[in-house]
Amino acid sequence: MSIADSTQFLCFLALSAAVLLGALGVVLLPNIVYSAFLLGGVFLAVAGLYLLLNASFVAAAQMMIYVGAVNVLILFAIMLVNKKETLAAIPGLGVRRILSGAVCAGLLGLLLRVDFTTPWALPGPVSIGEGATIRIGEHLFSDYLLPFELASVLLLMAMIGAIVLARRDVFSSDVITGEGVDQGLIEKARTPLLLEKNLQIQPVLEKTP
Amino acid sequence: MVIASAFSPALPLAPALPGLGGANFLAVVSPGLDLESSFSSLLEGLGLTPAAAHLVWLPLPMVLVLVSAVVGVLVTVWLERKISAAVQQRIGPEYAGALGVLQPLADGLKLLFKEDIIPARADGLLFTLGPILVVVPVILSWLVVPFGQNLLISNVGVGIFLWIALSSLQPIGLLMSGYASNNKYSLLGGLRAAAQSISYEIPLALSVLAVVMMSNSLSTVDIVNQQTGAGILSWNIWRQPVGFVIFWICALAECERLPFDLPEAEEELVAGYQTEYAGMKFALFYLGSYINLVLSALLVSVLYLGGWGFPVPVEWLAGALGQSVDAPVVQVITGSLGIVMTVLKAYLLVFFAILLRWTVPRVRIDQLLNLGWKFLLPIALVNLLATAALKLAFPAAFGG
Repeated sequence: MSIADSTQFLCFLALSAAVLLGALGVVLLPNIVYSAFLLGGVFLAVAGLYLLLNASFVAAAQMMIYVGAVNVLILFAIMLVNKKETLAAIPGLGVRRILSGAVCAGLLGLLLRVDFTTPWALPGPVSIGEGATIRIGEHLFSDYLLPFELASVLLLMAMIGAIVLARRDVFSSDVITGEGVDQGLIEKARTPLLLEKNLQIQPVLEKTP
Repeated sequence: MVIASAFSPALPLAPALPGLGGANFLAVVSPGLDLESSFSSLLEGLGLTPAAAHLVWLPLPMVLVLVSAVVGVLVTVWLERKISAAVQQRIGPEYAGALGVLQPLADGLKLLFKEDIIPARADGLLFTLGPILVVVPVILSWLVVPFGQNLLISNVGVGIFLWIALSSLQPIGLLMSGYASNNKYSLLGGLRAAAQSISYEIPLALSVLAVVMMSNSLSTVDIVNQQTGAGILSWNIWRQPVGFVIFWICALAECERLPFDLPEAEEELVAGYQTEYAGMKFALFYLGSYINLVLSALLVSVLYLGGWGFPVPVEWLAGALGQSVDAPVVQVITGSLGIVMTVLKAYLLVFFAILLRWTVPRVRIDQLLNLGWKFLLPIALVNLLATAALKLAFPAAFGG
């Protein structure tokens, strides 16, 4: 085995171990922040696997979208929700865990069966390496044009939905609760806070000798 | 002011020196300036196998780039001190070495010997991992910075896209250190840093995309090659003036330089995510931000200012002097000139960044986000559209 091959094999082992252990950590760790950071690690390791397959464009895209955008947003959501809440003990937690564990194990068994029964063509097709960028672009704008456009429409819908939820002044009643919207909470020119305070303090100052 | 203006033009040569020294003694051998093959043949002449020679060669460019990055940081820190002093009509450091050139080294040594403190209620593991995650992507990005036709670590096909992807990893480290410090200012700083980094990445990527569209390649070497031909006239800045401004603003925001240094705004957040850090861990943040600044300046020079290109095409100069471009001596001179030009352009931009830092006030967080989302993003989109239209209309001038 040449140096390149053994390096590649070792990298593959390390990356696979990182993916497996990281994924287990994401699911099993009690601290949600650790889970989120580990998820970023798993995404990075998957990007490394893509790199091993000579798909550098996909690896970079994976890094940018999954780690740089998705994972950062998850972390953002976790860190912005600053709520100290004692979680009430869920009844029958043990049974729930066993059930979900069984479902996951069944899924794993199914995947393993598919993995072992499918006649994989080995070795696979030769990777096109650096030409992948051009090939992906060609596919996106020819035979995969419709899914590509549909995905962008989906994103647009999600964006509009988020804007509508965030700017409730477009409705007279709240979308979720159905109550009338408190117009005072909506963007409104208000006097700076310090100015208001000064106005309140001023009469007190006048009374003092 | 006199000190700064007198010495800043001469200074950019300094960080080029390690690169120059490493490149020069090898460059003589091969006319194509392919350092690797000449180095390998040198080692094979000493009796090593080709594989072993390759193994010996592999770490060399990486170490060279790492050293030049760190030296670049030292120079930038010195420049920052001297220029800020000149702006404020002070003298600045002057006792440590001639004109205080050893001051950054003294700073570094001081940080190295400081106690490494981990706050009692902090999360020790994440607290240590945070600064590392901030520095590593920045250093990795030097992989794609070309100093010459073959003078870069790796001419990867995805080039500039790799840099964008790597720079999107940085907010994870910032969030991590902000969270692990267990301090509200740190957490706010970390969140601000991540928000800022995400919002400015989009216009940055769009302006890069316009350049990529003109050069038909993501590789940094191809982007520079597309700007050679007519010297200064063929640089991208004339074809992408709007993109240049957007890129520079976004790069400053990504580096958290003033006027966008909100994540560490002293008056509001003590020092943001760096509040609890001391010693070498703080030094990693410090190093990371300056390496990022130099890197951004280098990439601006690669994307918009012709990279290693001389304002007058070297081929014309060689022709005027009656020399062949392929002659070894001319090759060596061209190669060194390329390194000097890249670094000179980058440090000119670093000079502007430092001058900006010490002259403009900080923006508010809402102004920052408004600027990013409501101004830069639409303009970057229009710029991309205009570039596409121009490329279709004038394929000769816009790389059709």
